[in-house]
Amino acid sequence: MSALGKDPATFYNEFVKGIWKENPIFVQVLGMCPMLAVTNSAINAVAMGGATFFVLVGSSLLVSLLRKAIPKQVRITTYIIIIATFVTVADFTLQALAPAVHKELGAFIALIVVNCLILGRQEAFASKAPLRLALADAVGMAGGFALALLSLGSVREVLGSGSLFGFSLFGPRFEPWVVMILPPGGFIMLGLLLLVFGWAKERRARRAAVELGEAGAGGPAGRGGR
Amino acid sequence: MSEAPNTQEPKEPSGARLALTLAFAGLISGVALVFTYELTKPVIARNREAALRAAVGRVVPGAKSMRKLVWRDGALQPASAADKDAAVLIAFDARGAAVGFAIVTEGPGFQDTIRLIYGFDASTNTITGMEVLESRETPGLGDKIYKDPDFVKQFKKLSVQPSVKLVKKGKGSGTANEVDAITGATISSKAVIKIINTADKTWRSRLGTVDRNKVRAP
Amino acid sequence: MDKSLVWIFFSALLINNFTLSYFLGLCPFFGVSGRIATALRLGLATIFVMVITSLCAWLLNTFVLPYAPYLRLISFIVVIASTVQFVEMAIKKLSPGLFRALGIFLPLITTNCAILGLALFQTSKGYGLLAGLVYAVGAGAGFTLALVLMAGLREEAELAKVPAIIRGTALNLIIAGLLSLAFMGFAGLFSSSA
Repeated sequence: MSALGKDPATFYNEFVKGIWKENPIFVQVLGMCPMLAVTNSAINAVAMGGATFFVLVGSSLLVSLLRKAIPKQVRITTYIIIIATFVTVADFTLQALAPAVHKELGAFIALIVVNCLILGRQEAFASKAPLRLALADAVGMAGGFALALLSLGSVREVLGSGSLFGFSLFGPRFEPWVVMILPPGGFIMLGLLLLVFGWAKERRARRAAVELGEAGAGGPAGRGGR
Repeated sequence: MSEAPNTQEPKEPSGARLALTLAFAGLISGVALVFTYELTKPVIARNREAALRAAVGRVVPGAKSMRKLVWRDGALQPASAADKDAAVLIAFDARGAAVGFAIVTEGPGFQDTIRLIYGFDASTNTITGMEVLESRETPGLGDKIYKDPDFVKQFKKLSVQPSVKLVKKGKGSGTANEVDAITGATISSKAVIKIINTADKTWRSRLGTVDRNKVRAP
Repeated sequence: MDKSLVWIFFSALLINNFTLSYFLGLCPFFGVSGRIATALRLGLATIFVMVITSLCAWLLNTFVLPYAPYLRLISFIVVIASTVQFVEMAIKKLSPGLFRALGIFLPLITTNCAILGLALFQTSKGYGLLAGLVYAVGAGAGFTLALVLMAGLREEAELAKVPAIIRGTALNLIIAGLLSLAFMGFAGLFSSSA
């Protein structure tokens, strides 16, 4: 879908692409399991975003650092060992420092291991890039993922509980839309957010096309789920 | 493997190198894990202990310390470190006198398993308090089993003779073993009562077997 | 005992469906739910792998992990990946027909978070061998059910008049949301007879 040409690989570009142009959730639609499971409140979303950030940035740095030492044949296994180590460390740390949050997230912290986003970044980027760019890419991707989590978590908490980060927003007369913090609300709200994102993108593309003097932008093809 | 000559060696890294890489990765990972584990283990154990102690303190009035018990050889005995999660705790007040029991139990709820703890006074056969430890009941409806103070309050002094009974709000006959159901969450209320009654059937007769000389306040 | 096994099975199958209630296995759920026949095959392969995983997780939990709890995650992953590979080879040798039906899906299943989720949930719920196996069959069947229903709905949706912009992931998510809403009706299936 990237209509624009490939930008030069600078620290800034690698960082920004994860936040917006190649946002893991809204554009690549990766890592949806943790995305939907823990976003019934903003605070859970922040905890999950933080844990994923730690794991992704940590593994990317290590993989980039060791990229010449890891033989190609066993790279996936090595990546998984590295990722699982970081996840276990995050799991224990969270359990020790914030038991209440850990109880809320439960097994989903451990499930970060199978978040396709993380293994995907190692394979597609960190294993080929120097340390500086790998760091930018990981921070950008993890940041984009965390932002997506936070936006979905906030919307669901505001509508579903009438509060944000636990602070009541609308007073006692507000009747919360309970379905929003239940599983169906997660699916539907993410669907709507993707819709808004797609619409904004299409509008921009169309405006750019008009500015270039091309009449009528081509109809957008549906983005297939991966 | 041993039959293959050395011709392809320069292109592909040898099996030994692959194994060595994996072993090295495993070793480093193992060291990192053991280190974190040892570092966080005492904190995690302390957190868990504190949470349990706080819960016991809320369901057994006057509880200051407690001891885990297990059912073995026809009697309730102090649990050793090897017994994972004891289902029954005996609570003591500040002077070391036994003030009651706390029982951890679980059963099917509306959505998923409900895990709860309740305090029990064996001398009067009354429940002294109830707290839900874990549940996934519907927010706004079923979660009233722990969010609705009026419902939780009823377990403060609740007789179990002959068993706890759920009644519709305002429709009870006023006996000491009745609990008013939550309007709009009848099934969740029912589940809580059923879980307590099932646990009570198992444990009530066993609570008398505690050897007071062996089980002392820690 | 029997009654609690029934509860474990139906709870995993319907009430706490792995996909529609726990959001596990969403990648294949959206990726492979285009056609009913494919969905069914992937589902059967998943049940198969889940049962084996449950057995492995039980063995690890009973004999290895009490001595080294910090290895849980790594050992689960490594064991799942290698078992799937081994099973794939075994099926290829023993039953080529079955291999043609399930084979291509087996590697895909390794990265399905529902499998690791099963091992982790089974551990945290403290299920024994039998309960774990029943849980695995229930969860796998639940995943299959969700997948097949989704595939059926998507086959219908393809024929419907839908604005171009909503087609694709957004539409699939909203369909999944409605399906999840329908599955919520199963809650209370067991406690209502109290």
